[in-house]
Amino acid sequence: MTATTPRQQADASVDATPVAIDEVETGSGPPGLGVGFWLAVAFLGLIALIAVLAPWLPFLDDPDAFSRDDRLGPSTDYWFGTDELGRDVFSRTMFGARVSLQIAVLAVVAGMLVGGSIGLLAGFLGGRIDRILSGAMDVLLAFPPLVLALFVVAVRGATVANVVLALSVLSVPGIARIVRANTVVFANREFVTAAETLGAKRSRILVKEILPNVVPAMLAFSLLIIGLLIIAEGALSFLGLSVADPYPSWGGILASGRLELDEAPHIALFTILLMFLTVLSLNVVSDTLQQRFSVREAAI
Amino acid sequence: MSDTVHAGSNAMGTTPPLLEVTGLRTSFDTPKGRVLAVDGVDLTLERGKTLGLVGESGSGKSVLSRSIMRLLPRTGVASEGSVKIEGEEITTKSPSELRAMWGPQLAMVFQDPMTSLNPVVKIGRQLTEHVRAHLGVDKAEAREMATAVLTEVGIPEPARRLQEYPHQLSGGMRQRVVIAIALACGPRLLFADEPTTALDVTVQAQILDLLQREQSDRDMGMILVTHDLGVVAGRADEIAVMYAGRIVERAPATALFNDMRMPYTEALFTSIPKLDYPSHTRLTAIGGRPPDLINPPKGCPFSPRCPYAKERCHDEAPPMREADEPGHTFACWYPVGSAEWHDARARRRREGTPVPVAVGEEPG
Repeated sequence: MTATTPRQQADASVDATPVAIDEVETGSGPPGLGVGFWLAVAFLGLIALIAVLAPWLPFLDDPDAFSRDDRLGPSTDYWFGTDELGRDVFSRTMFGARVSLQIAVLAVVAGMLVGGSIGLLAGFLGGRIDRILSGAMDVLLAFPPLVLALFVVAVRGATVANVVLALSVLSVPGIARIVRANTVVFANREFVTAAETLGAKRSRILVKEILPNVVPAMLAFSLLIIGLLIIAEGALSFLGLSVADPYPSWGGILASGRLELDEAPHIALFTILLMFLTVLSLNVVSDTLQQRFSVREAAI
Repeated sequence: MSDTVHAGSNAMGTTPPLLEVTGLRTSFDTPKGRVLAVDGVDLTLERGKTLGLVGESGSGKSVLSRSIMRLLPRTGVASEGSVKIEGEEITTKSPSELRAMWGPQLAMVFQDPMTSLNPVVKIGRQLTEHVRAHLGVDKAEAREMATAVLTEVGIPEPARRLQEYPHQLSGGMRQRVVIAIALACGPRLLFADEPTTALDVTVQAQILDLLQREQSDRDMGMILVTHDLGVVAGRADEIAVMYAGRIVERAPATALFNDMRMPYTEALFTSIPKLDYPSHTRLTAIGGRPPDLINPPKGCPFSPRCPYAKERCHDEAPPMREADEPGHTFACWYPVGSAEWHDARARRRREGTPVPVAVGEEPG
């Protein structure tokens, strides 16, 4: 840097970091979403595909078939080894993905419907309705989440429907908050007033003008929530308060694998790894999308 | 329905003006107190005429146009007075009756085309939906009308534009689309709320010309709100100058420019840079700030900033009075051109305090 070219000097006078300028100049094409994002999407797509197709996939056994030796390590026959009852861990984790994802996705969809509606109404109507709805959401947020879920499942029993219900209750307040905040921003935009001056009804403005603007942020946030709910469901299963054998979720497999940690750690290990990668991917995708939407927002 | 009103009034020999505003007052409740944003405004506008509404930021010109349209927030706002569109009182109308008027009767072009179009909705939908709702035409017909109105406002390849999103258009194009949306239902009265403030200077004249052309082609009334006297010069039939929520001078455009009486109008006029000024001429700014609308001054609202103000100006608010030309009214005790005005200028010259450049006078 001692012998600076005029070019570099010009850069330095404009910005203290000429390197950054060069990077921008030589950057290839428009800013992409990054390799990490696409890896995460690919992983999630694969898991989702296997989860949906699990019962029909030829390389998966019935996860409840215990015909082999127990506690085998990973091998070409049994990729993730076998568990304490001789069941194929790989098949079980794939079927587990089916249960875990199904529960988390259902709960998030319910959360988006309920929380999204609450957030839209609170943000759009404002005033007393906003105070009541936001207050209710704050009350829900004040409960330790797992205790709340435990309460629902303990009272109503550990069925898939009840676990979904319990997890929806967890997802509602967060989604409602995000949607409310976004609605408030858009409700004060000029295009909303413009729609009003053209004679649009309030309900139409909410559904056709504001909702489409709020949905991207809500979807991005909901991906994050799916990750959280997979963990929460795992915790419930671990405590024996979720779906049990013969088709357990990841949490259920972990709960039984925990007892075998000294002799067959691979049972828990592979499940944990799968869970970790799934939640990580969800976070990466959600973060990237949220950044994308906020950037696009500023540019408009 | 308006046709029957029309016929009835014609039979009596008098057509009511397109817009008649009397004693309009709008105030907002804020934590600091009540802000009187529009303070007793009277206006009339005939069909096919343009009214230029001029004032600086915070003078209440936007609130006035929104008060006339009844586009005010639901809570914390008090509005009184009368607003008649073609003789029909609209202040007593219900929200659904108003919704039926917005579009076919009253329409508004907003300041910033970047924010007045919905970013996630295609131009086509934004341009046809209200047409279908108000005029009851089917989808294909609405599309045809949309294409026609886009061509009219000077957008090339209108059929393709209908498929595009707002971000695919430039600022000037977007404002053309906003104007097309406002015109689509054929309004009788168009409000243009600083329609060029957010645009490049090169595009401003085009947009103003477009508005003026549409106004005369469609024979609609237009209220052109701006802070720039230069924008309304040559485009408005009549000009109303607003200050602190009141109209302080109102006159046919030529009368206003030739014989302005209110020192505030004079100050606005002299603050426009002229092309024939030598370079580095210091612009004449209006010193001070607009008055606090929570505790408005007792006398003339402009008196604290007026170079010619006397004791009476600070104590007593001047009423609107007639100037020599018909239709020219102003609110000032010692108007431009009066003996007191000449005295005040002479005194300021002697004291060496700067004197605003009078109309027709060279600066410096």
